Amino acid sequence: MANMHGPGGRGPVSMKGAFVFPEGMSEELKEAVSSGRKLTPAEKKALKPYKKHIKKVRSGGAKNPMETFKRLMGLLFKKHKVKFFLVCVLILFSSLASIAGSAFLGFITKECLDQQLAVQGGAAPQFGGLIGLLIALAAVYLIGVGSTFAYNRIMMYAAQGTLKDLRDEMFAHMQTLPLKFFDAHTHGELMSRYTNDTDTLRQLLSQTIPQIISSVITIVGVFAAMLFYSLTLTLLALLFVVVILFLTKTIGGKSATFFLRQQTALGKVNGYIEEMMEGQKVVKVFNHEEKAKEQFFALNEELRENMTKANILTNIVGPLMNNIGYIQYIVIAIVGAALAIYSGGSLLSLFGLLNPPAADSSWLAVYLGVLAAFLPLVRSFNMPIQQVAQQFNAVIMALAGAERIFEILDCKEEDEGGPVRLVKGELDEGGFYKENEKGSLWAWKVPHEGGGRHYVELKGDIRFENVVFGYDEDRVILNDISLYAKPGQKIAFVGSTGAGKTTITNLINRFYDIRSGSITYDGLDIQSINKADLRRSLGVVLQDTHLFTGTVMDNIRYGRLDATDEECIAAAKLANADFFISHLPEGYQTKLTGDGANLSQGQRQLLSIARAMVSKCPVLILDEATSSIDTRTEKLIEKGMDKLMEGRTVFVIAHRLSTVRNSNAIMVLEHGVIIERGSHEQLIAQKGKYYQLYTGAFELD
Amino acid sequence: MVKTLAKSIREYTGKTVATPMVMIGEAAMEIFIPYVMSLLLTVIDPSDASEHSAWLQVLVERITSTQIGQVALYGFIMFLMACLSLLFGVLGGKLASEASAGFVANLRNDMYANIQNFSFANIDKFSTSSLITRLTTDASNVQMCFQMMIRMLIRSPMLFLFASIMSFSIAPDIAWIFILAAAVMALGVVFIISRATPNFKRMFERYDGLNRVAQEDLVGIRVVKSYVREDHEIEKYRDATRQVYHYSIKAEKWLTAMTPVVQGIIYIVMILVLGFGGSRIINNTGLTVPELTALLSYSTQILSGIMMVAMVLNFFAMSKNSADRIAEILEEKSTLTNGENPVTEMKDGSIDFNNVSFSYKKDGEVILDNIDLHIASGETIGVIGATGSAKSTLVSLIPRLYDVAEGSVKVGGVDVRDYDLKYLRDNVSMVLQKNVLFSGSIKENLKWGNEFATDEEIESAAVAAQAKEFIDSNGRGYDYDLGQGGVNVSGGQKQRLCIARALLKHPKILIFDDSTSAVDTRTDALIRQSLKEQSPEVTKIIIAQRIASVQDADKILVLDNGKVSAFGSHEELLRTSEIYREVAESQMKGGDDNG
Repeated sequence: MANMHGPGGRGPVSMKGAFVFPEGMSEELKEAVSSGRKLTPAEKKALKPYKKHIKKVRSGGAKNPMETFKRLMGLLFKKHKVKFFLVCVLILFSSLASIAGSAFLGFITKECLDQQLAVQGGAAPQFGGLIGLLIALAAVYLIGVGSTFAYNRIMMYAAQGTLKDLRDEMFAHMQTLPLKFFDAHTHGELMSRYTNDTDTLRQLLSQTIPQIISSVITIVGVFAAMLFYSLTLTLLALLFVVVILFLTKTIGGKSATFFLRQQTALGKVNGYIEEMMEGQKVVKVFNHEEKAKEQFFALNEELRENMTKANILTNIVGPLMNNIGYIQYIVIAIVGAALAIYSGGSLLSLFGLLNPPAADSSWLAVYLGVLAAFLPLVRSFNMPIQQVAQQFNAVIMALAGAERIFEILDCKEEDEGGPVRLVKGELDEGGFYKENEKGSLWAWKVPHEGGGRHYVELKGDIRFENVVFGYDEDRVILNDISLYAKPGQKIAFVGSTGAGKTTITNLINRFYDIRSGSITYDGLDIQSINKADLRRSLGVVLQDTHLFTGTVMDNIRYGRLDATDEECIAAAKLANADFFISHLPEGYQTKLTGDGANLSQGQRQLLSIARAMVSKCPVLILDEATSSIDTRTEKLIEKGMDKLMEGRTVFVIAHRLSTVRNSNAIMVLEHGVIIERGSHEQLIAQKGKYYQLYTGAFELD
Repeated sequence: MVKTLAKSIREYTGKTVATPMVMIGEAAMEIFIPYVMSLLLTVIDPSDASEHSAWLQVLVERITSTQIGQVALYGFIMFLMACLSLLFGVLGGKLASEASAGFVANLRNDMYANIQNFSFANIDKFSTSSLITRLTTDASNVQMCFQMMIRMLIRSPMLFLFASIMSFSIAPDIAWIFILAAAVMALGVVFIISRATPNFKRMFERYDGLNRVAQEDLVGIRVVKSYVREDHEIEKYRDATRQVYHYSIKAEKWLTAMTPVVQGIIYIVMILVLGFGGSRIINNTGLTVPELTALLSYSTQILSGIMMVAMVLNFFAMSKNSADRIAEILEEKSTLTNGENPVTEMKDGSIDFNNVSFSYKKDGEVILDNIDLHIASGETIGVIGATGSAKSTLVSLIPRLYDVAEGSVKVGGVDVRDYDLKYLRDNVSMVLQKNVLFSGSIKENLKWGNEFATDEEIESAAVAAQAKEFIDSNGRGYDYDLGQGGVNVSGGQKQRLCIARALLKHPKILIFDDSTSAVDTRTDALIRQSLKEQSPEVTKIIIAQRIASVQDADKILVLDNGKVSAFGSHEELLRTSEIYREVAESQMKGGDDNG
């Protein structure tokens, strides 16, 4: 079968049975795999390239559930050991109280029947026994309710606390991860760990775990109570447990398949909605409404079908279990009654641990007491079993979520870089550099191996020597790049998308590390410089502007957190942003939301330029910083830009050639190689690629 | 809101009504099984000497007089009931699934259909993301709520009613406890929920804040790392988790009281029932042990019925926001409608703006101020102006994407408001600034312009838009898949495909809103050239940043802050318009840009 994307391609997947198949597999092969039969050698061979990519739905859970569970419990224990212990004890009390309640029923009915028979015999009614039993029961219940309340409360604190710690830890750790990590994961994928995965964990910690503990205790306790009353009936009850477990497993498996199908259909519908809503205005302009409706209706219909099927299974589990419980209840009642009638008193307590009937009561009365007590027990026995069975899916899902969270925590953090630090200081009378927080002179502090140090003035001299780089092993993006930028020079990069312009700037701030060659900064290898300090010395205006929720002022100040309001406003004026900011409803205090959605792309770029201006870095990287600003406005901010670039080393990447014209040197990149370099005039005179670009013979994309 | 949503039930009305009916059946079985069970136990109750009067007892005793026979018969009846209950339960589950999934499918369809009727003003009002949320998350919430309602909202009160009747028929002097307890429980649960809900709302708001911090950090990670603001971000996030923690505790505190309160009430009821019932048994005043067990069963059912109703109501309250948001979409009326007797004939491509003023919101900022402009059919008009000078707004009035606030826009001498909207837009083709291609092949996308376009027509449009070359070289030609939102082609290629798509309409007026910004100047010129040659009769309006794109137009309009600053030919404007001259000089300096 023709396959454009290869077996590992990120194309659409298809589903059959309990498997998810990669794109490109033949239908017959899918059929063969999902049927579960033994494969022929030919099929095995055909399967080979796909094997790794087939996912089994049921194993959509954690790869290493036990390990993950242990680690999760470890987290819970770490800070909340006492709480967790208390919770276990309180759950024990709470469960025992409810079991005792059921068990007491037998004693109470027996007491009533005994007394009733005595009254029927002519004695005066005696209530002392009944009252005593009721008081005892009330005491047990009181303990039960108190324990339930206490453990719910305590568990809430433990669960929420653990969640908060986990969230904080995950986020803090993520901040330390290298850019490669962010490249390898989509935003949606990472966000889902913060939302969906922590949500399932919340469920697990605050509900599922207490529920399971309580269920297990209840099952054991009720089982003991049942044995106490009658072994025969207990065995009968166990028979039904097997049936219930079997049904849970079968339906669970089926429903997982349908659920997955529903999710696939839902994904399709959501994808369609997203794409079409994004392009709704185009739909309108092209009168395409009817077509769009038609397509949506079809996808929606598919979703409806799958949703109905998945939902039916979920819905019938309850009634099914419930009524099997009834049938079990009925069978036990009948068998119990039959035993009572046919066997007389000897069998009713056959292996049961209840005391033999007292001489003054009839065996049937005792039996009735047993049955009256045993039947509620049966119900309390089934309930937790069903609950545990139903929690099973939640546990699997939560563990899978926990594993994904731990995966982030386990990612290796970005190294700190070298020992060279950036310091502030000033020259003393003797002309020697002295560190001083309030100083105005930046310098690199280079520690010596045997102790001691020397200072190198921060100038902004950057050199690339034979740099080779690729994002992954088998693809070279930059090949043998050598260039130098002397302090105060403006260096421009020109070339089509993918030529490697942005990559060069990403290497200067060590977002990525080079494969061979060297990059030096003021004569120091950038690998020897502390990464945070290296980045602090570089001001960057990125291709995609990013603004954060907060005021306009906050966003400008992002460049330097201790900048005063006046400094921020001055920067905005230089960037020509002051004009539109003062027209915003609350000026500099206007709140920006949704990545500055209420601003135009050009305005956002002006803000990020202001942000870079505030940062006062000696080296500036402008990556398509003015691409969305119209030429007239660009002209207006040119003065500001010149001021910004004054005395600074500047790297400019621009699509618009008018922006780079006045650079000291222009590098034309193609496929990761510098093919032309020189000033604007020199390059025009060369009549090479730059000339062609400039005259519009080629397009840049 | 309920009324608006209920309209979407349509063909699922039968199932929607049938579900609670079937659930009532199930509830009845749930009540009768304990009753029959108590009769079964009565058979072996030695203390029971009374004359049996219940019709079922009379019937069973008439059929068989042996104890074991009666036990078997009761057992058989119960078994039948359990089967019935199973049948009702499964049927109810099935009907509820079908009804709720069907209803919500209809709801999504209706929303989607109404969104298709939306005008641009309507679309602007609800942002894209909010439309998506309404069609997805909100719809799912409503589905869950709807299903729960039709399954439980009738069943639970019925369960309550049946159980009460049975209890009263067994022992009226004990049954009143249940009613009292039910009232107390209802009050308690409602109280707890009313306390918890506002806190949950606050908690969810904090959640949004938390996710926003994470989302913004992820999207802007390069900025964060460039400015070494990791610690700043961590502090922001910590602050957000602290708030989430605070409000989660506040909200859940109330919910943790729920289980103990319910449990406590049930326990108290059980003790009271055992006390009163037990003393009646001892006093030998008619109550039997089997009846006592039945009473206990009913007490749990009554109370769980109340619980369930409270839960459903709570769920309903939580989903109400979703339902409101959906209703908002369904009730939204398009701000643009066809007038009576819409015109479906366009004389030519002339355009007249007669003293037009416009603002996006009523009484909002004036975007276009008294524009008076007359364009003859077949002319090519360039539009130049700074960001925010309302270039896009001006041209969007021509295909009536928005309605003017004052004055009128006429096309072919007829007010655009008098045209049939579809007809108008078929004849005024606009390439939007923020243009979008869709998943599917190039051909499928181009056919948006004309569904019935032949391969030749498509090819000729591609040629005119200078797209033929890269289409031919991609390996699959017009069948090449563009991917979601057209991700598989570059910006310049995308723009050219959008132009080709617009050309296929064969319009009388063609509007390019900054449609060649990513195309190099040479290609840009070639596109304009072929337009000129192939469709000289079409009125062309070109908005551009580059002077080169407009300088050979018949006339150029310079917009400044929503006003016509100048209108004339390139040469005229160089002489008369300062703004135009500035823009031109900023682009012309140092070389001839015009390739």
